[in-house]
Amino acid sequence: MDITLSVNGSEVKADVADRMLLVHFIREHLNLTATKVGCDTSSCGACTVLLDGQSVKSCTVLAAQADGRAVTTIEGLANGSGEWHPVQRAFRAEHGAQCGFCTSGMVMAAVSLLSENDSPTEDEVRSALEGNLCRCTGYHNIVRAVLAASASEGTGE
Amino acid sequence: MSILGTRVVRTEDPKILTVGGTYVDDLREPELQGAARVIFVRSPIAHARITGIDTADALQAPGVVAVLTAADMDDLGPPPPPAEPGAGEAAPMPLGGPWQEPLLAFDRVRFVGEPVAIVVCDDSYSGADAAELVSVDYEPLDPVVTLDDALTDSTLLFPDAGSNVAVKAGGPADADAFDGCEVVVERTIINQRLAAMPMEGRAVAACFADGKLTAWVSTQNAQIARFILAGAFGMDPAGIRVVAPDVGGGFGAKVGIDRDGIIVAWAARRLGRAVRWAETRSENLVAMTQGRAQRHLIKLGGTRDGHILAYHLDVIQDTGAYPRMTGFLAFLTSLMAAGAYDIPKVQTAARTVVTNTTPISAYRGAGRPEATAAIERAVDLFAAEIGMDPGEVRRINLVAPDKFPFQSPSGALYDSGDYAAALDKVLAGAGYQELRAEQAGRRERGDTVALGIGLSSYVEITAADAAGGETGRLDVHDDGTATVYTGSSAHGQGHHTTWAMLVESELGIPMDKVTVIHGDTDLIPLAIGTYGSRSLQLGGVAVQKAAWEVKDQAKAVAADMMEASEADLELDAETGLWQVRGDPATAKSWAEVATHAGAEGLTASVNYTEGAPTFPFGAHVAVVEVDTETGKVRLVRHVTVDDAGTIISPLQAEGQRHGGIAQGAAQALQEEVVYDRQGNPQTGTLVDYAAISAPDLPSFELLSMQTPTPVNALGVKGIGEAGTIGATPAVQNAVIDAVSHLGVRHIDMPTTPSRVWAAINEARGL
Repeated sequence: MDITLSVNGSEVKADVADRMLLVHFIREHLNLTATKVGCDTSSCGACTVLLDGQSVKSCTVLAAQADGRAVTTIEGLANGSGEWHPVQRAFRAEHGAQCGFCTSGMVMAAVSLLSENDSPTEDEVRSALEGNLCRCTGYHNIVRAVLAASASEGTGE
Repeated sequence: MSILGTRVVRTEDPKILTVGGTYVDDLREPELQGAARVIFVRSPIAHARITGIDTADALQAPGVVAVLTAADMDDLGPPPPPAEPGAGEAAPMPLGGPWQEPLLAFDRVRFVGEPVAIVVCDDSYSGADAAELVSVDYEPLDPVVTLDDALTDSTLLFPDAGSNVAVKAGGPADADAFDGCEVVVERTIINQRLAAMPMEGRAVAACFADGKLTAWVSTQNAQIARFILAGAFGMDPAGIRVVAPDVGGGFGAKVGIDRDGIIVAWAARRLGRAVRWAETRSENLVAMTQGRAQRHLIKLGGTRDGHILAYHLDVIQDTGAYPRMTGFLAFLTSLMAAGAYDIPKVQTAARTVVTNTTPISAYRGAGRPEATAAIERAVDLFAAEIGMDPGEVRRINLVAPDKFPFQSPSGALYDSGDYAAALDKVLAGAGYQELRAEQAGRRERGDTVALGIGLSSYVEITAADAAGGETGRLDVHDDGTATVYTGSSAHGQGHHTTWAMLVESELGIPMDKVTVIHGDTDLIPLAIGTYGSRSLQLGGVAVQKAAWEVKDQAKAVAADMMEASEADLELDAETGLWQVRGDPATAKSWAEVATHAGAEGLTASVNYTEGAPTFPFGAHVAVVEVDTETGKVRLVRHVTVDDAGTIISPLQAEGQRHGGIAQGAAQALQEEVVYDRQGNPQTGTLVDYAAISAPDLPSFELLSMQTPTPVNALGVKGIGEAGTIGATPAVQNAVIDAVSHLGVRHIDMPTTPSRVWAAINEARGL
């Protein structure tokens, strides 16, 4: 079917198969490969993107369902002048990434959290990231990064 | 001041945080344009004969390029001849001979998930549909699922081998081993099977053009992968290029390239078409090698005043369907059996046994966490039996600091350490006495939420294959920049940052002018890569030594430029300027010196081998709350001292510790690969496999201790696996400690609510 959507601020038109998942559309059709596939049960969160500003697991959304909506991936997170989002900066400062495979999804989930709760507690951060798995960091520095982005930078907008 | 030991943020991060890195499935190389997708057809049965494979329907399906089975592998030679009997039992290599593992299964399948055929298709969706159309006839055989099943030998996985026991070593304790012991504790404990579960599963992309095979592999060791591919295909290694792009975690399960990866590379050569494969998580959880899977019989004896006199460890290693590691894991467990203790008599026995389950290989710690879990459980059982504080029992028996180098009774030569200092430090940092008081208070009040305090003291071995060495090459260019070619291979460890720090420290060339390249066999043909916490102490030291050689070359060149004696020259490692000692007016930059060096350039290649492995050590304290009414466990604190010698990148060393602690705690608390009686995986997706997540864990409390090793010039030991080695027993001991006042002495891992609840009820006689 034909779809028209906004991806990282640019309009995209495409003819997609009905069963095409949004994550595969993003990766294979748009070649935006930061969004990863880490499981096949919507459990790991590596494919997390923003759909109209809210985090979704893009393996659980059909490309067709994104018709008429706005998708943001980590490639579109920096502002127009290339300045990193506060969550990106905090992930670097706090060593929130190791192998990096979960990072895109983790960052997008954190951005979504902070847009809903600009000053979460540690427990709230941990709960919010329950659906995003990381095998390298033990979550310690990821949690620190999200807290740092909230305390020092406000809502992350 | 040297940059070493300071907090440096990573050079890897900008790419990860803006475009998400470039992992195998992200590659958009021209050679991979139009690459077909490989979809595996895997056995749904644990043990069966294959009596027929019908690919006709699948071949007719839309988009299908080929459907390939073992019968199509007629371009490959026979498997290598069996090794000499008993050769290399402790080498982490497939056993071969009658235990030979095929590429695609042809006569039998031995585990659910074993590759039987591949569908090569234009796209993955159509390929998955077509794979459903491949019809395989199976004649079921009795499955051998548990160790007890296997040990009866009533059904053999490899009839020609005559037994399910692939490797045996050691033996029972001497008859008089426990003479003189006033107290002996003995118990069978389980070190359960775990999924390695790197966030990126296995992935290979490959193409074959002009006689050259190029394979992009999600691997810890591009060069080993090339060696394996060359052997499998009978090719000259020079005809193969293996590239490790960004790799999304390995944890030991991505050493070299495994059977599935070889099949994908073969398909590219066979078809003359570029192909790619990135496994699904459901494939990953049944077909990537898994870890641990040992059963221990532990027996420990000593005096009533706390002196341990004798220890026997009997290891049974479930190696899954194929002995891919020979007896190596059980060997490492046996080698490290004595742990951090000075025990007069230690003996071990080990058997490595095949079962109709996913093959076992290295997983973060690879044999050492199992050793530590066994001895630390034994020490706690002993402490409970004699009614002594577990911290005190450990202190009495730890190897004394004046005994290094220490020949351990189980065969390792510990290089350096102060084990009691680590224990004292972690106990103080945790507030151990206060925690015990809090625990006593809760017990007196009859609080249903019990507090548990768990200890572990550990020593481990890193760069166990130190003599295998690692390569490093350093070039300084005319523009003053430098390039490092390292044999080590990063998959999250941040080698690019740390190696650049080493160059800046030695040469004064700033990190942002240092490019680090790894994992490309065309550029770095000779290397081993990463496993066993070997990178910094071998690959890092190789870079340091290459820097020294380059510095010597540069000094000669600068002397020529300045018409001065080499003895009068100095390099200011802060500014990166060469000058006649005390005369800044003579200063020459690296760019000037490198330019003057001319065609010969400034370049050094080092293959650094180390005389001996190193032995990091430490102590952990875990604090848990256990709801005695439901059995639910919450890890509330985890405090550690992990001494890995000199720390070069504290930020990343902490990161390594964090990740290891989480994986270690995950084993103690919740993760387990489970099979039913027929050998069907019960944890084949992330819905069922209880991978640890953020709400399951607290933030960790890390204490610092650095005892440099005399083994290498940097004074460094490995840090990558300390977390899983130290954390698992501390957390398990904490859970048991929480309910010890109810009479519980042991709970097997994972300490799930149902297990804890059952243990409490059993102790209460319910």
